[in-house]
Amino acid sequence: MSTTMTSPKRTGSTTPDLLTAGQLPKFTGLAALVVSIAVAAGLLALLQSANVTSVVAVGALLFLLSMFILSTAVEGVRKAKDRLAKYVVTGFFLVALAPLISVIWGTIANGMARFDGVFFTWSMRNVLGEGGGAIHAIWGTLIITGIATLISVPIGLLTAIYLVEYSNNGKLGASIRFFVDVMTGIPSIVAGLFAYTIFSMIFGAGHKSGISGAVALSILMIPTVVRSTEEMLRIVPNELREASYALGVPKWRTILKVVLPTSIAGIITGVVLAIARVIGETAPLLVTASITSSMNLDPSQHPMATLPVFVYNQYMYAPGIDTAAYHARAWAGALTLILIVMGLNAIGRFIAWKFAPKAGR
Amino acid sequence: MSKRIEIKDLDIYYGKFHAVKSVNMTIEPRAVTAFIGSSGCGKSTVLRSLNRMHEVIPGAYVDGQVLLDGVDLYAPNVDPVRVRRQVGMVFQRPNPFPTMSIKENILAGVRLNNARISKSAADELVEKSLKGANLWNEVKDRLDRPGSGLSGGQQQRLCIARAIAVEPDVILMDEPCSALDPISTLAIEDLIKDLKEEYTVVIVTHNMQQAARVSDQTAFFNLKAHGQPGELIEMGPTEKIFHNPDQKATEDYITGRFG
Repeated sequence: MSTTMTSPKRTGSTTPDLLTAGQLPKFTGLAALVVSIAVAAGLLALLQSANVTSVVAVGALLFLLSMFILSTAVEGVRKAKDRLAKYVVTGFFLVALAPLISVIWGTIANGMARFDGVFFTWSMRNVLGEGGGAIHAIWGTLIITGIATLISVPIGLLTAIYLVEYSNNGKLGASIRFFVDVMTGIPSIVAGLFAYTIFSMIFGAGHKSGISGAVALSILMIPTVVRSTEEMLRIVPNELREASYALGVPKWRTILKVVLPTSIAGIITGVVLAIARVIGETAPLLVTASITSSMNLDPSQHPMATLPVFVYNQYMYAPGIDTAAYHARAWAGALTLILIVMGLNAIGRFIAWKFAPKAGR
Repeated sequence: MSKRIEIKDLDIYYGKFHAVKSVNMTIEPRAVTAFIGSSGCGKSTVLRSLNRMHEVIPGAYVDGQVLLDGVDLYAPNVDPVRVRRQVGMVFQRPNPFPTMSIKENILAGVRLNNARISKSAADELVEKSLKGANLWNEVKDRLDRPGSGLSGGQQQRLCIARAIAVEPDVILMDEPCSALDPISTLAIEDLIKDLKEEYTVVIVTHNMQQAARVSDQTAFFNLKAHGQPGELIEMGPTEKIFHNPDQKATEDYITGRFG
């Protein structure tokens, strides 16, 4: 009867202090990065193949390797793996950021030359060579995108409300959702040709107008609005709908006064993103609204210039002489377009922040 | 303004699933009736069928009669929206409308029904409802702040105030205290005792002490076996159900012995 209770032995319990571990000083990362880049530059210079790309690539690899070894030695394997993962994730984030910054930088550097008063007051009417501007294209873009938004938002919003609130996951709802998904993948030129065909059939062959461009854009815009609005309506808790029903509020007023106000911030953000997505479309506008060098504020007839088509036109159809002037106008047009999209995003964020439900005490 | 509810041969379904089988009971006006029973036995389902909230869930329907002072709530020409204006409901989790202030939450039932209400009448209604829910003193200085900024217990009393602001005849409460701390629970229980002076109150609870403390009548629901529909086993004065029940199943549940 001599059974002894043996508790599991703790290994490594001889170390008096288990809670502390070695730690690299805070500046180690930065120092290692600088040294790695310097070493990489030196080595590649010796091999006579030093350029920015190769130095950054080799330097990054050296940095990862040296940090892993350093950290393993001082902090242990677990921390070393942790650091490795952190640096790799950060690295890929920077890689993803590089083209974006490069695009913005390139557009600003090339576009500032003609980003002037003349550019925002002149059209291209009777302009050859230097001078001229894009006021006609800016107005065209605003009008066509505005009409496209006016068409898409009611259709998209109501479709999403049907899908979430009324379809009861039935067959009609499922098929609408399927076709909306299919519509998301329509190539933009197809949308353009569709609108062009419809308008040509009604108003005669070769019809060009701002409104046909707006219809083409709204075909691209509706699925985006439907999907984003649907997501936003779905995250409204069911308890709020039930609370409203239990107060004797009819379904349509519940949707109008409870569900939509709760999700309005997200819906507006989705709409703004959808606008930002279609405002830069070129192909569908090329076939529908076409291009003109004159101001046309009437969307019902005659070609209407838009910024993306203006950029394409200035770049592709620059004549042999004064080519630089045409290219400078193209860059300034691209810069204007990017600024409009950025402005729209800022407005969208502001509205989302303004309408978001707040929990203040 | 308090009304009697009679339930006759009520069967409740979720699509093909038969959730509750042939319930018969009478719920007295100006009294608190508690539904007790284990999870999934259908007591919340029965509660939700009393103001036609059950059918909000897709595929759900009922068979049988629920009479509110003699009027069948499930008669073909009855409008569920009108039923819900007379039979209010408080839910398990406090659910104030996040986009509205405390005051707007109270007025939601009136405003959302598109009724015009003068500013003085609105202020009066807000004060009366909040006093009715024992919340007035805590929030009277911040009626324009969002309702979601209140504590859980205050939010639940706000929801009760919102429910009584539309002046219903019956108030249904689906486990109103299960997400609350003991102090807030006590505040709600005191409130329930006050509410029965004017309203018919039906409360679902998992807390048997709570049922014993607040209710006049207790109904015990149970499942015969897993997958079977829930049934009303026994109903009677709370005193009797807790001390001298007729059915063995009730006694087992009350005393904590099962099976």
